[in-house]
Amino acid sequence: MLLDMYASMLRIRLFEEKIVDLYPEQEMKCPVHLCIGQEAIAAGVCLNLRKDDYVFSNHRGHGHALAKGSAMRPLMAEFYGKVTGCSRGKGGSMHIIDVENGILGTSAIVAGGIPMGVGAALASSIRKDGRVTVIFFGDGAYDEGALYESFNFASLKKLPVVFFCENNFYATNSHQSARQSACRISEAASAFDAHGVCIDGNDVIEVYKATQDSINRARKGGGPSLIEAKTYRWKGHVGPEADYEKGCRPKEELLYWMERCPVKVMRELLLSRSVATESELAGIATSVTDEIEDAVKFAKESEYPPLSDLLTDVYAPVKETL
Amino acid sequence: MPWTKVYSNKAEFEKALSDNKDLRGLAYKDALLEATSQMLESDETVFVIGEGIDDPGGVFGSTKGLHLKFGRERVMDSPLAENGITGVAVGAAVAGMRPILVHMRVDFIPLTIDQIVNHAAKWRYMFGGKVSVPVVIRSMIGRGWGSAAQHSQSLQSLFTNIPGLKVVMPATPYDAKGLLRASVYDGNPVVFIEHRWLYEHMGHVPAEPYTVPLGKAVTRRAGRDATIVAVSYMVYESMCAADILKNEGIDCEVIDFRTLKPLDMPHILESVSKTGRLVIADTGWKDTGIGSEIIARVVEDGFGVLKAPPERVNLPEAPTPASPALEKAYYPGKNEIAAAVRRVVKRG
Ligand SMILES: Cc1ncc(C[n+]2csc(CCOP(=O)(O)OP(=O)(O)O)c2C)c(N)n1
Ligand SMILES: [Mg+2]
Repeated sequence: MLLDMYASMLRIRLFEEKIVDLYPEQEMKCPVHLCIGQEAIAAGVCLNLRKDDYVFSNHRGHGHALAKGSAMRPLMAEFYGKVTGCSRGKGGSMHIIDVENGILGTSAIVAGGIPMGVGAALASSIRKDGRVTVIFFGDGAYDEGALYESFNFASLKKLPVVFFCENNFYATNSHQSARQSACRISEAASAFDAHGVCIDGNDVIEVYKATQDSINRARKGGGPSLIEAKTYRWKGHVGPEADYEKGCRPKEELLYWMERCPVKVMRELLLSRSVATESELAGIATSVTDEIEDAVKFAKESEYPPLSDLLTDVYAPVKETL
Repeated sequence: MPWTKVYSNKAEFEKALSDNKDLRGLAYKDALLEATSQMLESDETVFVIGEGIDDPGGVFGSTKGLHLKFGRERVMDSPLAENGITGVAVGAAVAGMRPILVHMRVDFIPLTIDQIVNHAAKWRYMFGGKVSVPVVIRSMIGRGWGSAAQHSQSLQSLFTNIPGLKVVMPATPYDAKGLLRASVYDGNPVVFIEHRWLYEHMGHVPAEPYTVPLGKAVTRRAGRDATIVAVSYMVYESMCAADILKNEGIDCEVIDFRTLKPLDMPHILESVSKTGRLVIADTGWKDTGIGSEIIARVVEDGFGVLKAPPERVNLPEAPTPASPALEKAYYPGKNEIAAAVRRVVKRG
């Protein structure tokens, strides 16, 4: 399991770093919101999930999809605006979908995915299909009324859903303390008679355990939980660059969190406990790198959507009713 | 006149500046900033609120540094709570303030429709005129670089359907400054929509405070053969189209209506009566868009003036695609406007 955690985090890290390298070529013509520094959350959560469990993500969603099992090819192709992309090039990096892996689409409206996630959980509960829904959202989305309306409903109906807040302390450049009176996100759960917990989002084991507990509750009909995981994004809100030079955030803050790099910490743990050797870890890195190179090649070589796609998919075809 | 002119590029404006020492050049975004700063300076009831307005970028430059000058009590960052904060601004307006609320993208306004449509627009009427709602809701249309379906919409026509609201879309730096001030002092809820692709456009902007009246169109270019009625960024594209058509011997009049509600129909009708031909260029979708309204009113108020069926230049009937291949095909511009004018001229 520890090795799986490491591999999943590394897969996200290297994928995002590849985007950092490629973005200046200006071929990936869409905004990218990177999750470098926050990998422990996606990895730790999704290792608890079944393939058919639902995940609702947000604008910063590459890691969630990768951890949930999405292949790299359709993601990378989507970022390149190609017809082979997960959304046929119509969505770009903020609008990831992978229906087979339980991702029914991703909203770039902050908190837009939260009520929809509750809706998916409602569907599971009506169908009694045993699925759990995890909704990822940021500390910024915590400001939105949609969260409270949805949370109350989820709790009222004891829906199988986990509200997972990635608290990286900022919404674009606005600090949590400039937006929230209390800054104790997980405590909101008690107002809805739900389980709430605040954890270290850079500790993948802690993320895994906290999520396991909440998912068990949810599957057993115990209703929703709210997990707040504290973490930090290393890059600017959008794009491949760091943002401290622009005066958006203090550099010391970034350095503090880089010390607590989830990938590095796990690597050291694996080696010190002799769970894996250097060469085994190198082997994981090689296979991830191969997967990335393949995805980039695939994306670059794929075709753009034909112009006729401009007007397709606006409506679903109307089936003849019997 | 320098204040009605649309400069198609920086070089053209710089030439105008060197020819006329009285001109003062400012970018659209700086004109908005200057208007806001002057109102904050002179009027204690004015305050600005919005997500990220005090961050280093300052809403693409249009609120940059205002919090340093006027303090965070009057220039305040807001939680990500669009509907709630819009209601807060509406309530503050009813209580005697003049809030300028900023939603960085028009796409976030749908979250606030309840406060705008059910509250701001109706509050005065519902209470027999006892109170009014002097709030300005600034918002920006984004475009390009795969912004995609949720970050590039032009939703102005949602609001023109609602009595009690006014809807403004400035196309030049001069109008950005003057219309913003007029909107703040209009005394009614005004939805003020800016276009990101205009933000760097330069133009003549006097230093002192002034207003440009709401509900007044302006002729950007006089011509005999066809009238192009445009708004916001499409004014600029229409001017370019008129240049292209001039070389073909088609002389276009370009009218910028500036305010979508109220609409300056006398001005538009006067031009259409002269040319007999009408093309409308809007940044949004076609169905029940502002072009539908303009054509309806031309027919209602000036039945018989048209020599040929009018045309509308709009976005295709689909959300915005992310892919650069599709995005390029998505946006109409000067060529589509010119083609529409040619067709209209050919038909009568
Ligand atoms: C309703 C809405 N308001 C504002 C925005 C602009 N916006 C996009 S992401 C973002 C910050 C979100 O912060 P958070 O939820 O903490 O997520 P993070 O970016 O930190 O991962 C903002 C303000 C938006 N997309 N939708
Ligand atoms: Mg955040």
